[in-house]
Amino acid sequence: MSVVDRQEWDVVVVGAGGAGLRAAIEARERGARTAVICKSLFGKAHTVMAEGGIAAAMGNVNSGDNWQVHFRDTMRGGKFLNQWRMAELHAREAPDRVWELETWGALFDRTGDGRISQRNFGGHEYPRLAHVGDRTGLELIRTLQQKIVSLQQEDKKETGGYETRLKVFQECTVTRILKDERGRVAGVFAYERESGRFFVLQAPAVVIATGGIGKSFKVTSNSWEYTGDGHALALLAGAPLVNMEFVQFHPTGMVWPPSVKGILVTESVRGDGGVLRNSEGERFMFDYVPDVFKEKYAESEAEGDRWYEDPDHNRRPPELLPRDEVARAINAEVKAGRGSPHGGVFLDVSTRMPAEVIRRRLPSMYHQFKELADVDITAEPMEVGPTCHYVMGGVAVDSDTAAARGVPGLFAAGEVAGGMHGSNRLGGNSLSDLLVFGRRAGLHAAEHAASLAGARPVADDAQLDAAAAEALRPFSAEGPGADESPLPGEAEGAARMRGDRPPENPYGIHQELQQTMNDLVGIIRRRAEMEQALEKLAELRVRARRAGVEGHRQFNPGWHLALDLRNMLLVSECVARAALERTESRGGHTREDHPEMDNAWRPVNLLCRPADPTGGLAATDPVRGQIELVRETTPPIRPDLLALFEKEELVKYLAEEELYE
Amino acid sequence: MTTGTEEPPATEPRPRGGVRGSTRAAIAARHLRTDRWWLAPAGTAAGLLAFVVYSTWRAFADTHYYAAPYVSPFYSPCLAERCRPMHAGPNGDLFGSWWGISPAIIILIFPLGFRLTCYYYRKAYYRGFWASPPACAVAEPHATYTGETRFPLILQNLHRYFFYAALLVAAVLTYDTVLAFRDEHYGWGHMGLGSLVFLANIALIWAYTLSCHSCRHIVGGKLRHFSKHPVRYRAWRFVGRLNARHMQLAWASLVSVALADFYVYLLASGVFDDPRFF
Amino acid sequence: MSGYEARFRVWRGDVHGGDLADFRVEVNEGEVVLDIIHRIQATQAPDLAVRWNCKAGKCGSCSAEINGRPRLMCMTRMSVFDRAETVTVTPLRAFPVVRDLVTDVGFNYAKAREVPAFVPPAELGPGEYRMMQEDVDRSQEFRKCIECFLCQDTCHVVRDHEENKPAFAGPRFLMRVAELDMHPLDAAEDTGLDRKRTAQDEHGLGYCNITKCCTEVCPEGIHITDNALIPLKERAADRKYDPLVWLGSKIRRRPS
Repeated sequence: MSVVDRQEWDVVVVGAGGAGLRAAIEARERGARTAVICKSLFGKAHTVMAEGGIAAAMGNVNSGDNWQVHFRDTMRGGKFLNQWRMAELHAREAPDRVWELETWGALFDRTGDGRISQRNFGGHEYPRLAHVGDRTGLELIRTLQQKIVSLQQEDKKETGGYETRLKVFQECTVTRILKDERGRVAGVFAYERESGRFFVLQAPAVVIATGGIGKSFKVTSNSWEYTGDGHALALLAGAPLVNMEFVQFHPTGMVWPPSVKGILVTESVRGDGGVLRNSEGERFMFDYVPDVFKEKYAESEAEGDRWYEDPDHNRRPPELLPRDEVARAINAEVKAGRGSPHGGVFLDVSTRMPAEVIRRRLPSMYHQFKELADVDITAEPMEVGPTCHYVMGGVAVDSDTAAARGVPGLFAAGEVAGGMHGSNRLGGNSLSDLLVFGRRAGLHAAEHAASLAGARPVADDAQLDAAAAEALRPFSAEGPGADESPLPGEAEGAARMRGDRPPENPYGIHQELQQTMNDLVGIIRRRAEMEQALEKLAELRVRARRAGVEGHRQFNPGWHLALDLRNMLLVSECVARAALERTESRGGHTREDHPEMDNAWRPVNLLCRPADPTGGLAATDPVRGQIELVRETTPPIRPDLLALFEKEELVKYLAEEELYE
Repeated sequence: MTTGTEEPPATEPRPRGGVRGSTRAAIAARHLRTDRWWLAPAGTAAGLLAFVVYSTWRAFADTHYYAAPYVSPFYSPCLAERCRPMHAGPNGDLFGSWWGISPAIIILIFPLGFRLTCYYYRKAYYRGFWASPPACAVAEPHATYTGETRFPLILQNLHRYFFYAALLVAAVLTYDTVLAFRDEHYGWGHMGLGSLVFLANIALIWAYTLSCHSCRHIVGGKLRHFSKHPVRYRAWRFVGRLNARHMQLAWASLVSVALADFYVYLLASGVFDDPRFF
Repeated sequence: MSGYEARFRVWRGDVHGGDLADFRVEVNEGEVVLDIIHRIQATQAPDLAVRWNCKAGKCGSCSAEINGRPRLMCMTRMSVFDRAETVTVTPLRAFPVVRDLVTDVGFNYAKAREVPAFVPPAELGPGEYRMMQEDVDRSQEFRKCIECFLCQDTCHVVRDHEENKPAFAGPRFLMRVAELDMHPLDAAEDTGLDRKRTAQDEHGLGYCNITKCCTEVCPEGIHITDNALIPLKERAADRKYDPLVWLGSKIRRRPS
């Protein structure tokens, strides 16, 4: 084997969403030759699904806003579990990252005096989200994409080729991070989806920006790409994951028809005046305001309604509580038998705004319901329910440099990185996270690569062979001769080589995994169910090793899914184990058997590490599993940041000994 | 590389052909549409053809184009010596006696040119007559295609001049419409069925002319900053609303101008008398 | 409405050849064509190649031709078809086929690179941009584009004439030129770049005969022809065919 195409780059970015592209732009502008690898076509990343906006305290609409207020909101939203330094950097740098987009051609909606307009969103004290209608993510991805193209045009002028310094390898998948014998990053092993051929990009710095894990759940707003690739790659390379128990269920996903169940209904619907009602017509959110938020939210419908017009003298309606609170409330209403006909609740704008305004402010929601559900949202309420949306957990990184812990040369940014959002992410903080930490990752990756110029780490051939063999397993499931791969025309030979046991259908395993995670490690968690989930995951892990595929390597989705299963099973185990361990309810982690937030858990992070430190996946033992947990106490919050909060508020979150300090 | 982004070698010969070319998915059918896609181009072609036949007959007829107080829009303004004198009407002997054929030909060049280069009619006849393309995703029968890059079709870029001319013609037809509020003895303040026909026609002519894409460009579309030109911005928005109906207006005004002419023909040839209201 | 069994014909093959394959497959209430393709994949043809991503009409990945019409599979509901009807799904027919429903759309990425990027005004720093909503409205409409490339696929200029591909950018990228030319702060002209002129000279605007198929297939409902291509043609005409405008611009130069 090992005769694969090898190329030398300085920085390799895995993933071409907001964080990946922003990292690539920064790395290239710092002089690093940069390659971007993405599973889809360039410009199709999951970032396009983001609707509401980019949170940045520019203060264009309400001049009272500044980074300190944004920091406070972010910490509150994450129930103080956030890596405070990340939250600080994020709040400080987000405005610059947004303004920079304008110089690259982005066109945000405007205020009356020509500045970037900002809108209200759950958990944000002031109107803060820079937006373009309800397609902000598309604008972001397109702007970054076009900036990449403009850098390539510069390179073409200078060097004669578009791709000499910055290249996008689209429709390629990375299966392993390669390291040298000292444990430093040496590059990535990848395959091209079209041809099925393997290739290696050798680079001393790799930025992981692969997004989330939602495809492990049945009802999700995430696309097929969200198979936790980056989480698994980092884990297998030896980098720990943090906070994996915190999975955000967006409160409003479509619930009907079944084929679109989970597709997102943007939070802007509520930010712009939409209200939630149960089957009895009641605005039930008023019954679900938790104590920590009591002073911040309206107590009557009248006050909530006045807030849209006069936010300075009224408190916001509880529909705009952080997402975890709203999702739990909806879940509770449905369970209590006050749900809508298809098992959700009603989200209504039709009685709140004129039809013409709805069509102008929420064009893609109007379109989405009209086209997919045959519902006219200007005339009738939508039916919505919680949907798996975002994972707060991810690669444990250094706050300032985005460097993954324990693996020199590995960086992570965006959803795949953990810590920034604590136990629950505020809407709009995701896009700004991508930009702020994407840039930082690209910057430090480029510096790291430059520091190793002349002495670049090299991966040995054995790693390549192992990676190739692993990737080819599905073609000869349980049979011998794993590295003889069927290229087009050789498929039948491979089928004959299989052993007696029939191979597993990867689609079937995937469906069982999704059902398991949805039912047993979903929005409300119980100890016994999670233990059951771990057993089921172990069973699926064994079966997944026998997942077999038909046909040849050329653009074969069955094969691609079989390979993605490894990643989904790994991250699912992380989620289940960490969720079982954390015996409290906080943000995106709700335990029915431990319903209260426990301040003793506040400074505790759960790190997931591979049980087999060599990164091999031989361990398929159901009990031991592939993941082990490490408890870690987080460094105390810097005093000047703590001083931004009132004492009375801190009491609600911090453990007593933390308060003393 | 899937959907490769590398530049192809410059020497690689460009393959020719269309949906049945060697690199495309091997499907023998020129199209797989199951709807009645041919209906629209066929209808368009039939409608345009009918108008061409009618207008050719009427333009060359050189007769029955005036029945006081109405003058056929095909013959207005009438710019040769042989024109019938029309009391206070759109006569203007620009061409003198040497013009030997129907004077309609002189003036019809302009509305004809306007409609021929109109962005809507171009679509209509490229699809209906040229089958270029006959309908969306239906392969066209031509071996080569250069669009509007060469003579003569590059002249389509002159649309705006015909628009300017069409404005003048519309002004004259407006004048004719005013004249239509006389009786057959040129007394003012009268109205007949013909006056209504003329009124409807001129309204549609103006709506069609102002909804023109060139007009939309000239009144405001060419600006970069609408915020600095609020009046032109409002004009642009108004024209934009009309422009959204350009196709409907194109057909409606085509029919109305033919009807107005035919009405005059019926009166002038004595088929019936104009019903007068007052 | 309850489930039923539908007849599907899906093109399978690669650049060496292929044919329409018949499937009988279950259809449930509320499903779209992409759901059915996925069901074929999961139960009958696991290696059926198809591109898709968000399944919500936002990313523009699952472009295909359904009963001969370029459409997004995720936004084509099964309820628009008659139950007895056979639904035919083929790859985009304007681009080289890769496998099954997947085509090589590299043409579009090559064209994207040929359009010079936004030129930031030299005198303004980040955060100093002031633009009025009415001035960004037009370009914002074009930025709704999800790059599904259905307009590029349906445009007969390249669909029926492979040889025109080098000279013609296609509706999507002519619209990009229009977007930049209408951007209130694009400073291309200060650098000597005349986008109006290059639209015709370098991106093949003259090939467009405004037959509007791009507008007809656009899943975002962008008025590509009326709001981008025709205004661009008029702007090119300003530069090249209108001596009055030319003369006017010589006599008094003023910022518009």
